[in-house]
Order: sequence, then structure tokens, then C-alpha cells
Amino acid sequence: MFFTYLGRELRRRSRQALVIALGLALGIGLTITVSAYSSGVKAAQEQVLKSLYGVGTDITVTQTATRGSGGSQSFGATGQSQTGTGTKTTSVAQDTASVTPGTGTITSATLAKIDKLSGVSDAVGSLSLSDFNVSGALKQSVTQTPSTSSTSGTGGNSRGSGGSGGGSFSAGPPSFNGSFSSTTIEGVDVTNSATGPLSSLSVASGRALTSSDAKSAVAVVNSSYATQKSIKVGATETLGGTKFTVVGIATTTSSEDYFIPLYEAQTISKETGKVTTVYVKAASSTQINSVASEIKSAASGATVSTSAELASSVSGSLSSAGSLIVNLGKWLSIAVLAAAFLIAALLTVSAVSRRTREFGTLKAIGWTSRRVVRQVIGESIITGLVGGAIGIGVGFAGAAAIKKFAPTLTASGSTSSASNTSGGGFAGGGGGFASAASKANDITVHLTAPVGMGILGLAVALAVLGGLLAGGIGGWRASSLRPAAALAKVS
Amino acid sequence: MYEISGLTKIYQGKGKNEKVHALQGVDVVIPDNDMLAIQGPTGHGKSTLLQLLGGLDRPTGGSLKFDGQEMAKMGEMSLTKLRAQNFGYIFQGFNLIPTLTAQENVETALVPLGVSKVERRERAAKALTDVGLGERLGHLQTELSGGQQQRVAIARALVKEPKVILADEPTGNLDEETRDDIFGLLEKLWADLGLTVIMVTHDSALSKRVPRLAQIKNGKLTIKRERAGATGV
Ligand SMILES: Nc1ncnc2c1ncn2[C@@H]1O[C@H](COP(=O)(O)OP(=O)(O)O)[C@@H](O)[C@H]1O
Ligand SMILES: [Mg+2]
Repeated sequence: MFFTYLGRELRRRSRQALVIALGLALGIGLTITVSAYSSGVKAAQEQVLKSLYGVGTDITVTQTATRGSGGSQSFGATGQSQTGTGTKTTSVAQDTASVTPGTGTITSATLAKIDKLSGVSDAVGSLSLSDFNVSGALKQSVTQTPSTSSTSGTGGNSRGSGGSGGGSFSAGPPSFNGSFSSTTIEGVDVTNSATGPLSSLSVASGRALTSSDAKSAVAVVNSSYATQKSIKVGATETLGGTKFTVVGIATTTSSEDYFIPLYEAQTISKETGKVTTVYVKAASSTQINSVASEIKSAASGATVSTSAELASSVSGSLSSAGSLIVNLGKWLSIAVLAAAFLIAALLTVSAVSRRTREFGTLKAIGWTSRRVVRQVIGESIITGLVGGAIGIGVGFAGAAAIKKFAPTLTASGSTSSASNTSGGGFAGGGGGFASAASKANDITVHLTAPVGMGILGLAVALAVLGGLLAGGIGGWRASSLRPAAALAKVS
Repeated sequence: MYEISGLTKIYQGKGKNEKVHALQGVDVVIPDNDMLAIQGPTGHGKSTLLQLLGGLDRPTGGSLKFDGQEMAKMGEMSLTKLRAQNFGYIFQGFNLIPTLTAQENVETALVPLGVSKVERRERAAKALTDVGLGERLGHLQTELSGGQQQRVAIARALVKEPKVILADEPTGNLDEETRDDIFGLLEKLWADLGLTVIMVTHDSALSKRVPRLAQIKNGKLTIKRERAGATGV
């Protein structure tokens, strides 16, 4: 009788029930969409963090370069000191890998010291290099002194109009014809794949770097770079003048182009025993802050940043779009849900009022108040569940629309932007470096909007809640009816 | 059997100090298997008395005993149970549930008694057959005439095998011919089943046919005609 009666009544009031259900559906659909969007933004943020620092990194330690150190680039015709007058053409082929200008290095002694701290469960070093590759002909019309472009960089190169990706590098007198390119290299500790940059790689073809590669000239190439340059597994790439065999292609949101064993990176850049970043995993997440201050005193002068700090500094379209839309969406869905609940309650109460005689009659023939109330609440909950089902459909459609139409978001980690500001020596030819450096900080992620089981549970809970609320108010009205209401005038 | 003495019912009217003394001291005994018709002008308390008898409302004062139980002091649960088990109420406006079929309407009376679905359906079909609607089990109220609707309502009152049938102007909304049919049906059921039938009616033609006749005026009840051969209990 319960379901027969309930079903007939809902069919009789199908228009009204549909209004209630659609109202709830809209509210629930919005809630799902907003939740999906917000977990998508969260996932994107995590992706950014992961690509910057790798999985499971709680703290990173870097060293800002003291001016003139670290980023010393000896670009120029090494060993080709020219003297004399007149036009002289020299062919140049240079491939130098060195620490990115503005970045300082940390010694292995400091790394070991950090690793020994009690709250540190793991500390891994990596060496970030910029590889600068130039080849072509240098035409010199004036007398040159050796090392035209030294670290000061105020020489003729400063007016260079060269960009990355080749073209003509005409620096006036002397003028240069040829090409240069710059790539980024990450020297990674192949003995530890759990912490640090290696943990952010997922191999697409070939293989990953393993501890047996520690002293081999092998490289894993970022898949987007590999696609761009048509690099395949098995290819030979020259980095810093050394030939490396490509053993794997890996997808990663990191913007480094090559990943090579740390020892090899230290060798080609002549930075023996040095790293640029130390990735630290704390023994417990509650200790992160105290471990960070321990590290600060152990490695004086180093920049110590925690993942929480990084997360809060991840800026750009990602975080602003994220928080604005999530906030707006949250309030919008709360407002729509509240309106839907109100409409459901009002319509249910008015339906109960119109059924005064009906419920009075049922009471007069012996139905308990409880049975009558159960009938009213049952109708409301079924209406709510129908609304919930439609709402889940609306929510999935909303999430799909986000996936389809959301723009690709760019995030930049402000903590690593330091390399952009120094390195004055490369003001001219450094066009390539500047872009490489900023590229390293901007991470592009595509926004997803995953609808998880938790969100679906929330949707069902909201549907039941809406039904219970409306049914509860309607039922309370029905329960207060006296059986004598059976004699009420026909409305 | 009802034993009623000094029964009063005061309604709170719309205004604060406005009180309606619908019943002003009713004394009457209604024995089992009685058939009592109650007459009286409109607004003098007939429906009010019937509602008190059927446990649809509570008296303001006096004593109302059914089979020795004081209904005025009964808790809500016991009163609901009494309604479900012992009283079959028939309304002037039929009061069928509009979304349910004839058979389902009759079944609603068995729902509070905890009768199984199968037995409910069987008993409802039989009750409808008894009132001459065996062919109309699946019809909705809108597909039935007034007389047929009242037959469904009578079947709904009877299906629980109550001790008392309370009918408030059961023929009030029906034409003359149908009225005679319905009244004839009630008479037959009374005679066949040994029920107590208490019926409010305006109709003097009907009141002539009932064994015992009472009148309510200004909230007071007087017996107009005693049942032939009745002991007066
Ligand atoms: N629920 C109620 N609230 C207030 N007054 C009522 C209510 N029911 C009936 N009355 C009043 O009580 C008096 C008796 O009504 P009722 O018993 O319905 O008379 P009858 O059935 O004889 O026409 C009337 O004056 C009526 O207005
Ligand atoms: Mg009346």
C-alpha cells in the first residue's frame, strides 16, 4: 500500500513533483560541478607542486648565487683568442653546460649534513644545468682581446639580437652567423627514485634511470621536448660536449628537457660534488616546520622552503581562477540549494493542506499519525531522490563541460623565479636563457573535473536531506491534523 | 454498547471569547445491534455527536463509554486502535482517496490492522462484491457514480468487520433513487451482520423506516421513538 499510494500520489502531482525535483537537481548538479571543479583545481595544484619538487617532497633547499659566482658562463671562443686587425672569420662550435645563472650551489658536505638531521627521513640532491649550444661563424673586424664575453657580459654581445632556436646572431662588430640553442638539464640522484625530481617522471618509452646508471652517459628526455625535437630512444644527444645515449622518454610536467645521472651532470658542468637543490622528506608531516628551521641553521645562507609555502605561492591563472570560481560556485550552489529546499518545503506543505480531508479520512478509519507522516515523507524523499538522480546527470554534464571548455592553466612558482633577475652578463645573447629560465617556472596543466564517489555520496545525501526537510515539514502539518478534518469542506 | 451521560462539546470559535456549545449534556444508551437515526436542524450538533461516538474528536465534558471503556480519557494510541478495529465511518462526501482504486480504498481500512497484502486484496474484493461492486474493483473515484462511491465507502467501513457503523448523512449527496438503494443496503447489513448502526439523517422519509429515532436540538438529545419491543436499556 505504501508504494502504491505513494506512486499514485506522485503521478497525480507529477508537475509539482517535477518542479521540486528539478529545483533540487539544479542545486545538486551545481554542487557536484563546483566540487568536481574544486578537486580539479586541487589536483592541478598538486600536479604543479609535484612537477616543481617531485612527489613526497616536504622541504626544498636552494642557494641563491652570490653575484658573479655560480652562474659563470664562459661563452665565447674558448681557446680562440684573437689578436690583430682586419676581418677574420672563425668557426665556432661550443656546447657548454653550466649551472643556470643566478643559481647557487650546495656542497655534498652540506647535503650530507642535512641528511643526518634527526627529523629528515630522506634528502636528495639534484643539479639544474642550462646547456648552451652555439655553432657558426664569427666574423671579426676589429682587434679583439681574448675572451670577448666574459662573465661581466658588457662586451659586444650585449647588443645581440639572437634568440633561441637559431637564426642570425648579429652582434654588430663582431658579427656572428650561425645558430644557438639552449636546453635545460637536470642531474638527478639515480639511487633514489622516491624523492626529488626523479619521482615526477613516468616513463612513456624506453626505461627509467636506475642506480646502475650512476656513472653512465645516459639520459631520459622529457616527452614534450622529445616530440618537438623528434628524439627517439637510442638517439645520441650531445650535452655539455659529452655524448649521451637516450634510454627513455618520460612524461612529466617538469619543464626540464633532459634528465641525466647527477654524477654526469656534475662532470659536464665541472661542479664536482655540488647540487643546486636538495629535496627533503621529513620523517613526519607534523615536523616539517621544525625540520625546516634545523636545516636553516645547518646550511647557513640557504633558502629553505616548505611545500606549504610553495603551495601558497603557486600563483598565476591557476590559483586565481581556482579560488574565485570555487568561491563563487560554492555560494551559488548553496543559494540554489537553499531556494530549492524552500520551494520543496512550501509546495509540500501546500500539497498537504490540499489533502486535509484525505489525511483526516485515513486517520478517521484508523491510520496512525505516524503512518500518514511516513507517507508524506516517503513521497518527498522519492521526489528528492529523483531530483538527486537528475542532479547527478547535471553534475556530470557540468564536469564534462569544464573538462571540455576549461582553458589550459598556467601556474608559476614564484620561489624559483630568482634566476630570471640576475645574470646580467647575458643581457644580449641571453635571450635564450631568459626564456629558458622563465619556462622552467611556468607549468602548464590542463584542468580536469573529477567526480568522485565522495561527491556522489554528498549528492545523494543532499537529495535525501531535501526530501526529509520538505517531507518533515509537510509531515508535521499532516500529523497535527485531527481525524475530524475528514469532515472538512471539500476545497 | 455506548453509555453516554452529560456529554458536552465546546468548540473554540474564531474570536477569543467566542465559544460554540455544540453539545450541552447528552444522555443516551445505545445498545449493541441498535439502529438509531439522529435527526435535527442544521448546526445543532448531530455531526459533533457522531464524531465523538466514532473517536474522531474528544468530548469537553461528561462521560462517553464504549463497551465499558471511557473514551474521553483514552490515549491517542488506544483511540486510534479503537477507530481501526471497531468503528466504520461513512461520510456524506464519501471521502474516497482519489488516487486509489475502489479495491485499494477498501484495503486502506485493513492497513492499520496489519492484514497481509494477499488477504487484504481478497477481503476488499469480497466486501465490494457484497455491496454490489464486484465488477468495479479497479475503478477510480472519478469513474464511479455518487451511489457507487458511497457503496465503496460502505465496503471500506464494513471490511474490517466493525462493531459499529457510523454514518453522517450517508445519502445527503445522492438522488432519491440511489438514496433508497444505499439506505436499503445499510438496513440489510444491519439485519444480516448484527452491527450497531448510528446514522445522522435529514431525511424524514428515512427516519420513518428506522427502528429507533432521536433528535438533537440546541445540543441536547431526545429519543423520539423507541425500538419496538426494546427493553429501554
Ligand atoms: N470544528 C469546529 N470548530 C468550531 N465550531 C464548530 C466545529 N464543528 C462544528 N462547529 C459548530 O458546532 C455546531 C454544531 O455543528 P455540527 O455538529 O456540525 O451540526 P450539524 O451536524 O447538526 O449540522 C455548529 O454551530 C457548528 O458551527
Ligand atoms: Mg452535520
